[in-house]
Amino acid sequence: MTTLFTILFDGVAYGMLLFVLACGLAVTLGLMNFVNLAHGAFAMTGGYVCAVLVNQSGWPFFAALPLAFVASALIGAVLERALYRHLYARSHLDQVLFSVGLVFMSVAAVDYIMGSSRIFIKLPAALEGQLDFFGVGIGRYRLMIIVICGLLTLALQLILARTRFGSRLRAAVDDPRAASGLGINVPQVFALTFAFGCGLAGLGGALSAEILGLDPYFPLKFMIYFLIVVTVGGSSSITGPFLASLLLGIGDVAGKYYVPKMGPFVIYTLMIVLLIWRPNGLFGRTVAR
Amino acid sequence: MTAVSEVSSRAIARARWRPAEIAFWILVACCAFLFPSRYLIMTDIVRLALFALSLDLILGYAGIVSLGHAAFFGVGAYSAGLMALHGIITEPVIALVVAGLVAMVLGFLTSFLVIRGVDLTRLMVTLGIALLLEALAERFSNITGGSDGLQGIEMAPILGLFAFDMYGKTGFFYSLIVLFLLFLLARRIVHSPFGLSLRAIRNNPLRASAIGVPVDRRLIAVYTVAAFYAGIAGALFTQTTALASLDVFSFERSADLMLVLVIGGTGYLYGGLIGAVVFKMLQEVFSTITPQYWQFWIGLVLVVIVLVGRDRMHRWALWLPNLVIRQVAGRKAVVAVPKSDAP
Repeated sequence: MTTLFTILFDGVAYGMLLFVLACGLAVTLGLMNFVNLAHGAFAMTGGYVCAVLVNQSGWPFFAALPLAFVASALIGAVLERALYRHLYARSHLDQVLFSVGLVFMSVAAVDYIMGSSRIFIKLPAALEGQLDFFGVGIGRYRLMIIVICGLLTLALQLILARTRFGSRLRAAVDDPRAASGLGINVPQVFALTFAFGCGLAGLGGALSAEILGLDPYFPLKFMIYFLIVVTVGGSSSITGPFLASLLLGIGDVAGKYYVPKMGPFVIYTLMIVLLIWRPNGLFGRTVAR
Repeated sequence: MTAVSEVSSRAIARARWRPAEIAFWILVACCAFLFPSRYLIMTDIVRLALFALSLDLILGYAGIVSLGHAAFFGVGAYSAGLMALHGIITEPVIALVVAGLVAMVLGFLTSFLVIRGVDLTRLMVTLGIALLLEALAERFSNITGGSDGLQGIEMAPILGLFAFDMYGKTGFFYSLIVLFLLFLLARRIVHSPFGLSLRAIRNNPLRASAIGVPVDRRLIAVYTVAAFYAGIAGALFTQTTALASLDVFSFERSADLMLVLVIGGTGYLYGGLIGAVVFKMLQEVFSTITPQYWQFWIGLVLVVIVLVGRDRMHRWALWLPNLVIRQVAGRKAVVAVPKSDAP
């Protein structure tokens, strides 16, 4: 029974992490219908920024986290203005080629600068070890992830539902033409959202170094996970990708624990079956364009 | 009826062999004899060209974007390897066809998953299938040899006559002949009414089904054929290198393949062949500059190609040949990607 709880707990932490990593992609795919396979590269950037700050410059971990966000968001904003926006109207094939090219470049560049081995971020002592909660071992680090990611999710939901920017974004998602007709600056809304999504990915990358492992091949290894979150969750709301990440997280952890030999087999099979059954995602609302 | 006969006579005219095509193949044959010390890399190019030809069939002619075409390559490679290793079928040519058929069966089965849904779903499903097979190959490492790959493959002589030699001469001519035969077949396929209906589907599936083209069945058929081609390419890989490891399924292989096809241009069959030559040369140049980080430059090439625009790129590439032909023969060059056909 306690193992079950531990698996559930680890799975939730993992899933929340995936959500923070992937929710920027949900916007890119959902809002502009842009297939951005390079999303993981932004996450990796955040992770490495955090690692360099903590390990080499001696910054405290919690001060480096916001900087990971800012660094990725800045790079995202620059790339969006310089490159991405020229490709919104292009075919999916062009978008795939472009973002795969970016992934290859980022992998080789990080390999060149930081070396190809896995990087660890020095954690503060307060985050190491386990808490004992009614006999269930709870990792402190994972607890922190759940708290941070949970708060972020709440904040995102509030921003989307309550603020002016949120309603502009939702209007732009539903019908970009009508939205721009109403005087909403759709490209600007999208640029901001893109940068914010990249920032979240960077934060996720920094948080995930401990759990997922951070090496130059991060964008390739986890690309499929991000895509699963978005395609299974659908991109019409924030709840869909959130539930999909939780399912994926719990499923992956449980799969690795109970049938370790089957490896990622379970996840891929589930994804294919789900996509065949509901091509627009489990929680999809609109017909995918 | 006149409309029909006009369409068919135009299609027949397009299917005729052009001087440039004959020149291309003569050039290829010349290369085979001109560079006797470069057989290994030329074999590599021929294999890649065949693989790219396979992707061209589904991407250039049917408009299916696949991120996991390495799945069929890998299945072909492993089937050829396993057959040779366990002595099930030792004769390379028969083994090659059988390996292609195995990949074809897989292609047929998975085609039902692929034709459903929109571009994004297709991307995910093709990628998922390739990853799934990679995971399976890793899981059953007692059969596939895991990350070490199949080792100790010994190839019997082709047709019992031509033994594989150390310099790769036999392997090269064998691959080249296979490529040429399969190219002829592909050429026949795309210029047949079946191939024309594929173009109609790519340009507008709804309109195609309205004029009575069975869209799903045609897509299944072409996907299956493409899987056969990819399987043959994979089997050639195993037979000429005597090696099959997990990376035959890798994502990089599928992604590189797309680059090959994009360099050469989609939808006229020669794209994959030209792209394979250019890609291998680029790779060679990049890996002499920065041995470990050539992927960076490959990525840069991809980004630049997309940003410049594939159409424009091909127009630039064709500027010089066009100029020459216009001066000499007074008409435009023949090898060009029709504007409306670029997916």
